[in-house]
Amino acid sequence: MNFLSLFVLIPILMMAGLAIARDMKQIRTVAVTFSTLQLGLAIYTVIKFMAERAAGNTQEMLFQASTMWYEPLNIHYAVGVDGISIVMLLLTAIIVFAGVFASWKIQPLSKEFFLWLTLLSIGVYGFFISIDLFTMFMFYEVALIPMYLLIGVWGSGRKNYSAMKLTLMLIGGSALLMLGILGIYYHSAPEGGTLTMNILEIAHNNAIPHEWQYYLFPLTFVGFGILGAMFPFHTWSPDGHAAAPTAVSMLHAGVLMKLGGYGCFRVAIYLMPFAAQELSWIFLILTGISVVYGAFSACVQTDLKYINAYSSVSHCGLVLFAILMLNNTAMTGAVMQMLSHGLMTALFFALIGMIYGRTHTRDIREMGGLMQIMPFLSVCYVIAGLASLGLPGLSGFVAEMTIFVGSFQHTDTFHRVFTIVACCSIVITAVYILRVVGKLLYGAVQNEHHRELTDATWWERLSAVTLIICVAAIGCLPGWISDLISNSLNAIVERLS
Amino acid sequence: MDLSQYFLIWEYMKPELLLLLATILLFFIDLFASPRFLDKWFSGIACVLLAAVTAVSCIPGNETHTLFAGMFVNTPMTTAMKMVLNIGTILVLLQAHAWVNGEACRVRRGEFYELMFFTLFGMYLMISSGHFLIFFIGLETASLPIAALVAFNKQGEHSYESGAKYLFNAVFSSAIFLMGISFIYGISGSLYFDDIAATATTNTALFVVALAFIITGIGFKLSLVPFHLWTADVYQGGPTAVTAYLSVISKGAAAFAFIWVLFKTFSPAPEVWQGILYVLIILTITLGNLFAIRQKDLKRFLAFSSISQAGYIMLGVMAYSAQGLTALVYYILVYIFSNLAAFGVIATIEHKTGKVGMDDYNGLYKTNPKLSLAMMLAMFSLAGIPPFAGFFSKFFIFASAVHSGFYVLVFIALLNTIISLYYYLLVVKAMFINENENPIETIKTGCYGRTGLVICVAGILLLGLASCVYGYLSGLSLTVGL
Repeated sequence: MNFLSLFVLIPILMMAGLAIARDMKQIRTVAVTFSTLQLGLAIYTVIKFMAERAAGNTQEMLFQASTMWYEPLNIHYAVGVDGISIVMLLLTAIIVFAGVFASWKIQPLSKEFFLWLTLLSIGVYGFFISIDLFTMFMFYEVALIPMYLLIGVWGSGRKNYSAMKLTLMLIGGSALLMLGILGIYYHSAPEGGTLTMNILEIAHNNAIPHEWQYYLFPLTFVGFGILGAMFPFHTWSPDGHAAAPTAVSMLHAGVLMKLGGYGCFRVAIYLMPFAAQELSWIFLILTGISVVYGAFSACVQTDLKYINAYSSVSHCGLVLFAILMLNNTAMTGAVMQMLSHGLMTALFFALIGMIYGRTHTRDIREMGGLMQIMPFLSVCYVIAGLASLGLPGLSGFVAEMTIFVGSFQHTDTFHRVFTIVACCSIVITAVYILRVVGKLLYGAVQNEHHRELTDATWWERLSAVTLIICVAAIGCLPGWISDLISNSLNAIVERLS
Repeated sequence: MDLSQYFLIWEYMKPELLLLLATILLFFIDLFASPRFLDKWFSGIACVLLAAVTAVSCIPGNETHTLFAGMFVNTPMTTAMKMVLNIGTILVLLQAHAWVNGEACRVRRGEFYELMFFTLFGMYLMISSGHFLIFFIGLETASLPIAALVAFNKQGEHSYESGAKYLFNAVFSSAIFLMGISFIYGISGSLYFDDIAATATTNTALFVVALAFIITGIGFKLSLVPFHLWTADVYQGGPTAVTAYLSVISKGAAAFAFIWVLFKTFSPAPEVWQGILYVLIILTITLGNLFAIRQKDLKRFLAFSSISQAGYIMLGVMAYSAQGLTALVYYILVYIFSNLAAFGVIATIEHKTGKVGMDDYNGLYKTNPKLSLAMMLAMFSLAGIPPFAGFFSKFFIFASAVHSGFYVLVFIALLNTIISLYYYLLVVKAMFINENENPIETIKTGCYGRTGLVICVAGILLLGLASCVYGYLSGLSLTVGL
C-alpha cells in the first residue's frame, strides 16, 4: 500500500478509536494521539518529497499509486502528490492538531463532535492526495456534509439558517462541478481512445476540444470558486463562519476554503488551459470585487467572527485572483497565500473562540482593554492581526508580496489596473485590523465583570503557539516552501503557454 | 408434447415457478399448522423461502431463453433484475414482521405474505415478457393484490380510502395502457416486441399516441408526474410495510419492465420516447422535490421524495445504452436499500408509538441514537452524499445520461439534487438539532426489524465502496446487445 493512503487511513482509525472511547479523557487521548500522528506523517511526507526531488526525481507527481476501482468507467483510486499538495497536507495536519486543542472542552456530545470533525478531515486529506477526478470529487463532498451537523448542533447564533445556507450553496457548487467533471471525462481522450478520470492522463491527452472548454471551464471554476468564496457566491462564508464552533471555523476557513483554490488550478486551469486564458478576465473581475468588497465589509462589522469571515472572503479572493494571473510567480504567491491565510485565520478563529468562551460576547462594542485582562491572548491576537495586514517577517507579507509582483508582470492595462485595485485591499485590511486591535485590546475596559476573567489555559496556549510558530516560520524562511511550490507549478504554467 | 419440454419450462422459468411453489407451500402451512407454530415461525418461514428462491434461481446462466413461442424471455439481466426485487422484498418482509404479527393483523397474516408473493410473480412476468399480452397479465397480477394489501388495515379508514384510490387509478391506467396496445396492434399487426420493432411505421401520429398511452400506463406505476396524484394519499393511508413495498419494489419492477418495452419495442424511434420522457423527467423531479419540501408527515414526505427519485431513475432509460441499463439497475438496488432503511425506522417508530410526523422526530437522537443514525444514513444516501451508496448510483446514472448527450437535462437534475438535499436535511435536523421536551421514548426494535435495518445500513455503506456489484451488472448489460 502506498503510504499516502495513510492520510485517509489514520483518520478512519481515529474515528474507530473515538467510537469506542468512553469518557472525555479517552476521547482527548485518542484525538491528540491521532492528530499528532497525522502531523508526523505530513512532516515525513514533506521531508521524503524533498529528498526525492533532491535525488533528481523529476516526475510531475511523486509517490503515485493507482488501484482500479470501477472498471466499466475506468475509475481508479489514484493518489500522488506534488509540492502544492504536500504543502496543503501539512497545513491540514497543523490545523487539525491545533483544532483538537482548541476544542478541548467542547460540550455537549463531545464524542460526536470529534467524529464529525474527523470525517471532515478525511475529506480534506483525501482531496489533496487524489489525482483521479472521481475520487477527488468524492472526497470533496465528504468534506462538505459534516459541516451541516457541526454547525447545526454545536454552533451559535443563527446556526440553523447558516448551516443550511452553507451546505446548500456548497452542494450547489458541487452540482456544477459534477457536470463539469462528467464533461471532462467524456472528452478526456481523443476519438476512439480510452476515457479516463486520471488528471495527469487527461492533461497528457490534451483532448478537450476548445469549444467544450468554454463550457467546462466556467462550470468547474465556479464550482470550486463557490468554496473559495468568490463574489457573488461568497454569502455562505460570513454566516457559516460566524455560526460555527471554534474548531470548525478554524478548519473551514483554514483548510476547506483552500479546497476551492486548489481545485481551481488543479482541475479548471490545469486541464483546460485554453479556456483559462480566454475566460480568465471574467473571473478576474469577480475575484477582484471579492478582494475589495470583502475588505470593505470587514471594516463595518461589529462581530469579531464576521470581521474575520469577511477578511477571509477578501484573502481567499486574492488567492483566486492570483491563480487567474496565470504566471508562475503569481500562482506561487497564491499557494503561499493559501498556506498563510489558512494558518492565520485558524489562529484568529481560535483566539476569537477563546475570547468568546470567556466574555460570552463577540461584539467589539461591548469589550475593551483585554490587554490588561488576558495579555497572552491579546498578544497572540496582535500577532495574527499583523500577519493578516502583511507585516514583513510574518507569512502574510511573503504571500501578498509574491502575488502582487507576479500580477504586475502582466504589461497590459487591464491586469495592471486590477492589480492596483487589489493592492488597495492591503490598506483597507490595515484599517479593520487596527480598528479591532485598538478597540478590543487597548481601549478602556467596557465591562467591569471582564476584569475577573482569566488568561489562556495550557491547551489554548499550545493551540495558539503552534499556529504562531508556523506563521513566523513561513515569514522568516519562505524560500524552501516557495521553491517547492514554484517547481511544481512549472507543469501547469507550461501548459498555459 | 413430449416430456422434455416441461423440463425446459422448469429450467427456463425457474424463478417464477419456484416463487409459485413457495406461495403454495405458504398457503398450506397457513392452512394446517397450529396457531402457536404460526405465531412463532410463519414470518421466518416466508423470509427463508423467499431467500431460498433467490439463492437457487440466481445461479447465472449466460444464454437467452425463450418460451411459449417467444412470449416469455429470460436473459441473465432479467434474472438479475428479479433478484434485485427479491432482495428488496425480503427486507420488506423483515420490516413487516412486527406489524403483521401484531394483534390487529395476526389472523390474516397468511394473506399478507401470499398476496405479496403474487404481486412479485406478476412483476417477474412483466420483466420477462416478450409479448404485450404476457406483459399485461403481469401488470394486472402485480397491481390488483397491491390494492388489497393497501387496504389491509381493517381498523383504519385511511387504509380503505387508499386501497380504493389505488384500485381506481390502477384500473384506469390499465385501460389507457390497453388502448395503447391496441393502437400498436393496429400499426404493426403483432404484439410481439420484436415484431413491433421490425414492422411498425414510426412516423405516424398513431404511433406517437400509442407510445404516449403506453408510457401513461406504466408511468402510473412509476408515479411519474403528471400520473402521480394517487401517490401521496396511498402512501400515507396504507400500512407502512405496504407503502415501503410500493415505493421500492413496485416502482423498481415498473422501471425494469419499462426499460425493456422501450428498448425492445420502440427501438426504431428512440427520439420520440426520449422527447416525451425529457419533459416527464423534468416535471417529475422538479414537482416531486417542490412538494416534498412542505410535507410534515414522513410517509407523505417519502412519497414525494420517491416521485422525484423516479425521475432520476428515468435518466437511465433516457440514456438508451448498456451503461444506462447498468446504472438504472444499480440505482434501483441502492434505492431499495436506502429507502427501506428509512421506512424501516418509520415502521418501527410508528408501530411502537403511532407517530409519523416530522415534528415528532425532534430530538430523536437523544433517545434513539441507533435509529437516528440509520435514518440519517438513509437520508444522506437518498440525497447522494458520499461515501454512501446513493452518491455512486447518482453519479453513474448522471454519467450515463451525459454520455448520451443530455447535458441540459442532467444540469436540471443536478440543480434539483440541491433542493432534495434541503428537505432530506430537514429530517436530519429534526433528529439531531431540534430540541424537544418530550421526545419519542427509547424503543427496542424487534429481532426481525433489527436484522432488516442492519442489512439496509450495510448495503448503504458497502454497495458504493465495493465496486463489484456495479461491475457485475455492467457485464450483464453488455450481453443485452444495445
